[in-house]
Amino acid sequence: MLGYVIRRLVLAVFVLWGVATAVFAIVRLVPADPALLIAGSDASPEQLATLREKMGLDESIIVQYGKFLGGAMTGDFGDSFQQRVPAMDLIAQVLPNTALLAVLACALALVLSFPLGLLASLRVNGLVDRIVTTGSLFTQALPNFWIGVVLLLVFSRKLKWLPSVGLDSPKNLILPTIVLALPFVSVLTRMIRNGLLEVMGEGYIQTARAKGLLERTVIFPHAIRNAAIPVVTIVGLQFGTLLGGAAVTETVFTFPGIGRLLVLSLQGRDYNVAQACVLVIAAVFVLINLVVDLTYGFLDPRVRLAK
Amino acid sequence: MTATAPAPAPAVNATMRHARRARRGVTVRIVVPLVVIGLIVVGAIVVPLVYHYDPLHADLLARLKPPGTVTSDGGTAILGTDQIGSDLFAQIMAGARVSLLVGVATLVISGVVGLALGLLAGHFGGWLDAALMRIADVQLAFPSILLAILVASVLGQGVGNIIIVLSISNWVVFARVARSQVLGLKNREYVEAARALGAGNWHLMFRTLLPGCMAPVIVVATTQFAQVILTEASLSFLGVGVPLGTPSLGSTIYNGTQYLSTAWWISTLPGIVLVILMLAFGILGDALRDKFDPRLRSA
Repeated sequence: MLGYVIRRLVLAVFVLWGVATAVFAIVRLVPADPALLIAGSDASPEQLATLREKMGLDESIIVQYGKFLGGAMTGDFGDSFQQRVPAMDLIAQVLPNTALLAVLACALALVLSFPLGLLASLRVNGLVDRIVTTGSLFTQALPNFWIGVVLLLVFSRKLKWLPSVGLDSPKNLILPTIVLALPFVSVLTRMIRNGLLEVMGEGYIQTARAKGLLERTVIFPHAIRNAAIPVVTIVGLQFGTLLGGAAVTETVFTFPGIGRLLVLSLQGRDYNVAQACVLVIAAVFVLINLVVDLTYGFLDPRVRLAK
Repeated sequence: MTATAPAPAPAVNATMRHARRARRGVTVRIVVPLVVIGLIVVGAIVVPLVYHYDPLHADLLARLKPPGTVTSDGGTAILGTDQIGSDLFAQIMAGARVSLLVGVATLVISGVVGLALGLLAGHFGGWLDAALMRIADVQLAFPSILLAILVASVLGQGVGNIIIVLSISNWVVFARVARSQVLGLKNREYVEAARALGAGNWHLMFRTLLPGCMAPVIVVATTQFAQVILTEASLSFLGVGVPLGTPSLGSTIYNGTQYLSTAWWISTLPGIVLVILMLAFGILGDALRDKFDPRLRSA
């Protein structure tokens, strides 16, 4: 078990280092001079030179890289060019909103997909099964920003049931949660359906039935427990897609979250904030997957013994 | 048939009938999406030409007209007009043209690069394999649209830049598929035979192993095509995709969000075309997978 934990930890650190390096390299490709962006185009060459020195832009790329990594480890990504406050402060303001949205979307997806997957697996090729299969094909084809726009049009512009922008009331959470949960529901439902079908064919289920248990008891908790294990992994993996998708969904709903902060800071060429956003999302994602992998090894001993 | 007929015969017949029907089902699922995709491709090429579509031409008298309006020059704007008065149908088809162009170019670049790197990694193994697969791990352990947004905004808007961005985030998938396929094939007898006959690395990789990789790569390419088109639309929607004045399904949908209350059609209709395109590629991908690799069949 210890070896497994260490292996996972090393991989997580490696991934974060890789993402940090990629972000550093990409942002240094910017044709614009960051000092010029801050000082404005009417700054004198002397002002620019002092600013460059202050920002450490006059140092060699290796030194800059070292400082960047050091800062990233302590959560210091420098100040926002536009708002003159530490980038991490801006992120701390919006991160809880995105987290709330992601957790709600996960919860909604789980609540919907468990019964759907269960019903679909009870009668293969039955009505529910067909609806689930066709539905998942459709939900995967729906671009999330477009479905967001359509929901906005119907529920906030035409029916005027729900507010459209910002985060002033809990009602603002409804539409973004649905948009984020949709693709997730289809993936999870299929997972649960296929997982249950596979588990139902195993010997211990036969034993449970042979004991004369009610079909209800065979499914809860016998079958569902093993079928749920892969779901944990998928939730972890999809959480990243959720955070990535949040950039688009939050833009549609003008939702004050980290995805929108990323898009806004990129539009304003505020690269310190942008790279902080990307790295924070990456860190959250890697952390969640680490936890998922560890619980997975705990839930299912076969995993950690496999390697 | 009498009672003396061998008992298993009906079962075998039923199985064969089932298999035949399944095969026919697969064919239908390949042909129908191909026809739909074909229609959209033809439309994307022809419609903007027929309409003399010019994205920069503004006709303010004809702006925000609902679908079916007869315009001043006597034509009918069957899908209405947008905020600068250009015909939405022509604009959608011109947008589909950009989407398809980006999709094809990205698939060619990322497919060729990914396939080549996957072949190299699988064939030679060692440090090259380790390095490539670690890069792939990092890329896959991270929501790719974030890197795409970052790279796209750094490179600046432009169709060429989007293709670069999407290729960077897509080669991994092809490399992984090609590599795993090579690992499965490299110990087969026919590869050993080629090796015994004195085939060099080049011949082994491109003449012996490559053909065996093609089926899964084509399946993956179909699903990836839908993903690429979706990502392009997302990037253009966010304003880091195609430059201003280049129509794209994503940017048209974004423009329409400013006019949701007054002109619902601008945002919704291009989305429907996008959905049809995505569905067609989704169904096609599933069907191709069932045809080429029934073991992977989604239940």
